[in-house]
Amino acid sequence: MGAYGRPVAGRDGLAVLDADEIRRALTRIAHEILERTHGGDELVLLGIPTRGVPLARRLAARIGEFEGLEVPCGSLDVTMHRDDLRLRPARALGRTDLPRSGVDGKTVVLVDDVLYSGRTVRAALDALTDLGRPRAVQLAVLVDRGHRELPIRADYVGKNLPTSQREVVHVLLAEVDARDTVMISDEGGPS
Amino acid sequence: MKRHLISAADLSRGDALLILDTAAELASLADRPIKKLPTLRGRTVVNLFFEDSTRTRISFEAAAKRLSADVINFSAKGSSVAKGESLKDTALTLEAMGADAVVIRHSASGAAHRLAGWVRGSVVNAGDGTHEHPTQALLDAFTIRRRLRATAGRGSGLDGIRVTIVGDVLHSRVARSNVLLLSILGAEVTLAAPPTLLPLAVDTWPCAVSYDLDTELPKSDVVMMLRVQQERMTAAYFPSVREYSRRYGLDAARMARLPDHAIVMHPGPMNRGVEIAAEVADSARSMIVEQVANGVTTRMAVLYLLLGGTEFPAVAS
Repeated sequence: MGAYGRPVAGRDGLAVLDADEIRRALTRIAHEILERTHGGDELVLLGIPTRGVPLARRLAARIGEFEGLEVPCGSLDVTMHRDDLRLRPARALGRTDLPRSGVDGKTVVLVDDVLYSGRTVRAALDALTDLGRPRAVQLAVLVDRGHRELPIRADYVGKNLPTSQREVVHVLLAEVDARDTVMISDEGGPS
Repeated sequence: MKRHLISAADLSRGDALLILDTAAELASLADRPIKKLPTLRGRTVVNLFFEDSTRTRISFEAAAKRLSADVINFSAKGSSVAKGESLKDTALTLEAMGADAVVIRHSASGAAHRLAGWVRGSVVNAGDGTHEHPTQALLDAFTIRRRLRATAGRGSGLDGIRVTIVGDVLHSRVARSNVLLLSILGAEVTLAAPPTLLPLAVDTWPCAVSYDLDTELPKSDVVMMLRVQQERMTAAYFPSVREYSRRYGLDAARMARLPDHAIVMHPGPMNRGVEIAAEVADSARSMIVEQVANGVTTRMAVLYLLLGGTEFPAVAS
């Protein structure tokens, strides 16, 4: 990492979104969610661990600011529903934490950082089915990098980012990584 | 994690904490409308029980089923074992059926270890003779952490918690596994038992030893009562059950000497009136029912971590 925590092109990869751009993208998504759900009626936000969870919380806070309502917000771990479990050693589980109101009859917006193959979202849809029956399920992502392997699309996108499959997209968020930025690099991550 | 779970000593502190953290996440499953996960679909778990057991076998069965594995129950009674089939031949039969994991309970110490050399799947020791019962220790550690470290997050151990294990240590696989695991997790373990019921090499165990229960009680956060295993006793280890009960049994008067936050545990099955009085077993401090519930979650975590990922590479032997 370069001085002052700023990413350096070439070594850490290229920064494609900075903190202000992430903030503006989330503000726009929050407004879009309000529009599409008629003012956030029966809305529940569920973040997919790890970085979908702080994103969901930020969206809930924004929506709360705009409309003065408290949006139920939780997390949904999809590990046990993944289709690639046998390709890697068993991994630690994330947290599933549903708001007390549950998901039955609600409009659930799944929140994740990057949309890529679509397999995580498929696993999330399966996991959600076991938890209840939402009225509708929508998807919000900070970055859509393409290369879908399943018929899945996002309803709300922070930034469409054309990538090559060789590249790696890193979303860093202050809650987890101490700063906000989205970077793209050739294989391997920032050290 | 290693491929098999034979002894609590197979686990590093990191492995043990991973199991406890996984179990903590799986515990929320009990409150959900659908208590089942698809994770081990298509995997086969064989419960191979050569010794009687209710809670352990049911617990493993429930754990495997909640993860969608196929479960084959095998009990020695009514099987070819009754006709004299050896453990090895039974193991080869299971191997031919394609078991991904074998959960074994056997009256001979070391049976699980031998079995691990004969089958390709993972072997989970569900109690071998007087040797070990690692999943019982894991569920006990999980119960202790849940009760006494409720606010601590993931990755926290049992550092500084004082656990007193009381009674028939000599015949107890639960005691050995607990001493090993609890000390790996940072707890301070004391064994309180009559000298005749302590194993020979107990001075090499990572724990303290006391012959006097009453002096240990006021400084204990956890008291774990062991069953007096009369079926394994081949000699007279104490003059009478009544005398044993008077000196090492946990009754209401003794329970009153415990600190207010302390909990009472028992791996079951209990001899009410011998090592534990009925009023203690049914008191609010007793974790006995909770231990059973936690057993399912902890065993789910173990099965998931052994079977949920890539297959372990074949071991050259």
